[in-house]
Amino acid sequence: MILALILIPGLAGLLSFISRSSRVQYGLLLAAAIMHVGLTASAWFKLPAPIGQNWLFLDDVGLLFLSIISLLFLAAALYGVDYLRRIDHGHSRSREQGLIFRNTPQATLVASLLFFLAAMTLVTVSQHFGILWVAIEATTLTSAPMIYFHRNARSLEATWKYLLICSVGIALALMGNILLAVATLAPNGESAPLFITQIGQLAAQEHLHLPWLKAAFLFLLVGYGTKMGLAPLHTWLPDAHSEAPALVSALLSGALLNCAFLGLLRIHQVCVVAGLGVFSGDLLIFFGLLSLLFAAVFILGQTDYKRLLAYSSVEHMGLLALGVGLGGRAVFGSMLHALNHSLTKAMLFFVAGNILGYYRTRIAADVQGVLRVMPLSGALWIAGLLAITGFPPFGLFISEFIIFKEALDQGRYLIAAIGLSLLGLIFVSMSAIILRMAQGSPAAGVQIQRRPESLLAVGPPALFCLLTIVLGLYIPQRLEELLTRIAVFLGGG
Amino acid sequence: MSPYSDIVLALLALTNLIFLASSRLLACIRIVAVQGMLVGLLPLIAYPTSIGLHALCIAAGTILLKGVLFPWLLRKALRETHMRREVEPLVSYPASMFIGFLTLVVAFWISAQLPLPLPTASPLVVPLALSTILIGLFVVISRIKALSQVLGFLILENGIYAFGAALLLEQPLVVELGVLLDVFVAVFVMGIAIFHISREFDHIDTDALDQLADWTDPVSSE
Repeated sequence: MILALILIPGLAGLLSFISRSSRVQYGLLLAAAIMHVGLTASAWFKLPAPIGQNWLFLDDVGLLFLSIISLLFLAAALYGVDYLRRIDHGHSRSREQGLIFRNTPQATLVASLLFFLAAMTLVTVSQHFGILWVAIEATTLTSAPMIYFHRNARSLEATWKYLLICSVGIALALMGNILLAVATLAPNGESAPLFITQIGQLAAQEHLHLPWLKAAFLFLLVGYGTKMGLAPLHTWLPDAHSEAPALVSALLSGALLNCAFLGLLRIHQVCVVAGLGVFSGDLLIFFGLLSLLFAAVFILGQTDYKRLLAYSSVEHMGLLALGVGLGGRAVFGSMLHALNHSLTKAMLFFVAGNILGYYRTRIAADVQGVLRVMPLSGALWIAGLLAITGFPPFGLFISEFIIFKEALDQGRYLIAAIGLSLLGLIFVSMSAIILRMAQGSPAAGVQIQRRPESLLAVGPPALFCLLTIVLGLYIPQRLEELLTRIAVFLGGG
Repeated sequence: MSPYSDIVLALLALTNLIFLASSRLLACIRIVAVQGMLVGLLPLIAYPTSIGLHALCIAAGTILLKGVLFPWLLRKALRETHMRREVEPLVSYPASMFIGFLTLVVAFWISAQLPLPLPTASPLVVPLALSTILIGLFVVISRIKALSQVLGFLILENGIYAFGAALLLEQPLVVELGVLLDVFVAVFVMGIAIFHISREFDHIDTDALDQLADWTDPVSSE
């Protein structure tokens, strides 16, 4: 079944790459997304059989992230079919620069999306540090063509930065893997294979060379941290997220960043078992807070609303790292936060795509009266603002509450104070920008396409909005059990 | 570990320094190709007694990829994009050389902090591989041309590969092939991106790639 999870999107990707008809491509995209969700849902009831002893199997953490990816992909596929039908495949025009550009052929986009799904699925089921690395690098390579969807100078710049910065980052993670192999060297010069469970056992038996494990963690932190968007290595993120089409931005932010986070969780868990939990945890806290700081600075006075959302992703990745670094109950909060952030951020990117489609500009100051022009998207835009800044009753409120409560319980008042004040600052600057866009009426002379909002453009974000409200009020028991097991596995409680 | 491996490692360090001093892109591509062959041969030379099918496969794959295929791809990119053939570094050649020497010092210092748990390995492995990695990073940062940045990425990869190969940290074949495949696709995709950059901007200087920044220079932006 694990093979099916990877091969279905892979094969559908190949087929859509060679097919000429756009109907066939839509069909393949939707069919693969629906089958993927079905298989993932069945994994909640019965975990699929492992492949090749220890190579690929789904554990609790993997299941959580796989579910996030699968759900997001289905929503993105539904949204994408509508989006692709709407845009002009000949030429598009960006109002900021009067650029006229071609779009990438649709077959390439659909195929990349499906390959991207296959690569991300492989990340969640990898139980070998080498395969995990291969899969994470594969996510970079399959997503690069999607960022260059609108073929113009700006998106090319974003793609180049993304390719180069992430590839260099991931190369450093490869060095981390090699250092980890050195850490397993036995006195006779044999290194152990890098199966995650086996490394965990070696760590528990104190057979790892700790200085080398520390070095390995540092390299993996820098490598996967780059991909995850932790400051100060996040520089590719705002460019890639703002240049990519909305459905791709939603997947990058909600699914891809989590994949890199999963890579970090794997090595953090080994460190915890080996007794280095404080070392790796403190580093995660430091980079978490640094990401919050960078996000707060760049959100303040941000003029481009898609970049605003991208920096908000940097903020939330920082919170995830902070939660895992704190340990204890905060690990539970962090896992819940990953789920909530993915739903909320995907929703916001979908709505941002709708706004961009109507107003044809990404400059926040040029967008006014969203509520009047497009009432449904406008309402979702404001709901999204409240959700992403952690207002009750949205899910992010609960998860942020759990993380900061743990910080206070541990007596780490400074960390809590810094974190909370940065969150407050981000809330003020984000709401100033987003509310100004929603209210009022469009400025005179701004040409806006007047057409009714389509169901598929509003449906997926509305669904996610509902889901994150539900998660804020009530966490299903199965989910709570799963998150608790993950928290215990990662050294929390 | 055979004493000849020290010679290979020394040659690796030498190619780094020659790269930093070279002003022609074509020469740089050749140097990185030579370096790729050196790291491909390294495990065979370092452990002549333990050459098996696995080691031969990986060595052949690496040499083919890093010594032949990548240089061919990059030369094709160089030819077809009609770019200027000079490197045009941000940091002058003497300063680059000096930084190259500095990375050696730093790498030796770091390796003194990390005693190898493998007594048979040469003491040169860690410092020289680390310095190659650092120089690769430096080249990625300090060179304007997209092609030079790809070369920096390849030097970085070579350093990492040399590190693993010299310590004979064999991983299962699937993993090593996967790594090689990923690196291949990465360079291939970067090659395609270079073509697009040259068509879009009429050159491949990444200096022009500065529209997406939150720090804007008040003079240069509009």
